[in-house]
Amino acid sequence: MSLLVDVEMILGDFSLAARFDSPGPVTAIFGASGSGKTSLVNVIAGLRRPERGQVLLNGEALLDTARHIDLPPHRRRIGYVFQDARLFPHLTVSANLAYGEWFTPRAARYALRLQILDLLGIGHLLARRPRDLSGGEKQRVAIGRALLASPRLLLMDEPLASLDAARKAEIMPYLERLRDEIRIPIVYVSHSVNEVMRLASTIAVMEGGRLKAFGPASDIAQRLDLVPEEEREEAGVILDMTVKQHDPATGLTELASAAGRFFVPGTIAPGGATARVRIRARDVMLAAEEPRHISALNIVPGIVAEVLAAGPHAVTVRLDCNGEAVIARITRHSAGQLGLRPGTRAFAIIKAVSVAGPAARARP
Amino acid sequence: MSWFSLTADEWEAVRLSLRVATVAMLASMPFAVAMAWLLARRDFWGKSLVNGLVHLPLVLPPVVTGYLLLLGFGTRGPLGSFLAEFGIVFAFRWTGAALACAIMGFPLMVRAIRLSIEAVDMRLEQASATLGANAVWVFLTVTLPLTLPGIIAGMILCFAKAMGEFGATITFVSNIPGETQTLPSAIYTLTQVPGGDAGALRLTAISVVISLGALMVSEYLARRAGQRIAA
Repeated sequence: MSLLVDVEMILGDFSLAARFDSPGPVTAIFGASGSGKTSLVNVIAGLRRPERGQVLLNGEALLDTARHIDLPPHRRRIGYVFQDARLFPHLTVSANLAYGEWFTPRAARYALRLQILDLLGIGHLLARRPRDLSGGEKQRVAIGRALLASPRLLLMDEPLASLDAARKAEIMPYLERLRDEIRIPIVYVSHSVNEVMRLASTIAVMEGGRLKAFGPASDIAQRLDLVPEEEREEAGVILDMTVKQHDPATGLTELASAAGRFFVPGTIAPGGATARVRIRARDVMLAAEEPRHISALNIVPGIVAEVLAAGPHAVTVRLDCNGEAVIARITRHSAGQLGLRPGTRAFAIIKAVSVAGPAARARP
Repeated sequence: MSWFSLTADEWEAVRLSLRVATVAMLASMPFAVAMAWLLARRDFWGKSLVNGLVHLPLVLPPVVTGYLLLLGFGTRGPLGSFLAEFGIVFAFRWTGAALACAIMGFPLMVRAIRLSIEAVDMRLEQASATLGANAVWVFLTVTLPLTLPGIIAGMILCFAKAMGEFGATITFVSNIPGETQTLPSAIYTLTQVPGGDAGALRLTAISVVISLGALMVSEYLARRAGQRIAA
């Protein structure tokens, strides 16, 4: 899939200018509120018309101001999951779900109702009205409604932002299944590092109406300067690894990456599959010598590539581990004690890793 | 003859009033919905003038509205003589009474529906468009159902106004028993003749009951429709 977005627009005293060409399948638009993320997806959906711009989906022009092409929203076949669900209050869940399906030409329908009901776990809600649903249920129905219109692209604008932590945790696995099972290209707007790192394969970082960075998720994840101060705790790297084998005796699964072997608890996927592993900077300790007699499962050697200040008393250190990056957040004091400078050898002791499902690699 | 039973003429006035009000309400409803939507959701050149014209019957003396209708739709009026060629005659007919009532009730109906359309969350309309609905379908499947309480309220207001309309009607189509003598005209006539008090009182009671009933029914329907669509 390919999605080219090139937009210039003025919104009051705010101007938006961004251009990227994403290979997908999951493109995250990341940035603080007011950075222009929602305006950008509204342009893709056709709800806003920029002064100048171009939106090409797999080469087809949905918008091209130079050629005077501007498909209205109802002819773009782009699904949109809004932050506030926007279910139709006068219709039941079942009728809400059928709404988009009804407007989709028969030949263009690919979404299977039963599969989607099952995937989102909403089969038991069909007879209810939107006012009788919880926030999490509403959002799942809204996702189902958008999917059943068999869209060519799914836009999700902060779909979890209005939910509490428990509801977020409830929906996240559904989004991962969506990405891995329905295989629909997604544009995911969020200000949450955690959501973006779990889902995205390509990331566009917006700041003040400008595109600040754009690239594969694993590259963007290493750029600590892109992570806003209040989200630094969530900063880290993502590594796509190959599943080797599961050892039932220890309960651990072995994963292989260029950086080295990793062991994680539980079964993840059959051998040979790829898995996305996320390592947060605060979960990484550094040692100048290879540590022995230590409980940590995962220790990888590397060369210090970069040392960056992170607040008055902390630094972030980027290690080059045989081509893969691992980032550690340690105190400035420790960094001085260990004598860490670019070029010195160090060992990363990884206290925790999280496996965020199969890697969201572009599929053929 | 008992005090309570109506004379044939009085019955005729009640029946005629109900017919005139019902026709006025139903016939002006589509126009009122279209006008309300236009005023609520579209910006166009001359919008405030159109808005003013719609509301004019509310502030003009009813006699003036009736006289303007007479000038326009009378047998020699420009619209009246044009429509007469197609067999449509308003002057001194009950249809003229319905026209006068519809015009007098129109601003009330438009106001109620317009407020209701403005209260419909436009973000729902956007959601509908992203799901494949064009402007007409968005209106029919989202805006209209969500506006229903306002439409009901507007229709009943128009009906009640039509039941009580007097000035414009009597000026435009006069006060012909059996043709244009509606309830208020009949009451007026009865108060002008000796011994008409009893009849006037009976019709007044009927008028109060119908108006009160209409208001209560509209409250009930609007509340029910509102509950159904409440988010």
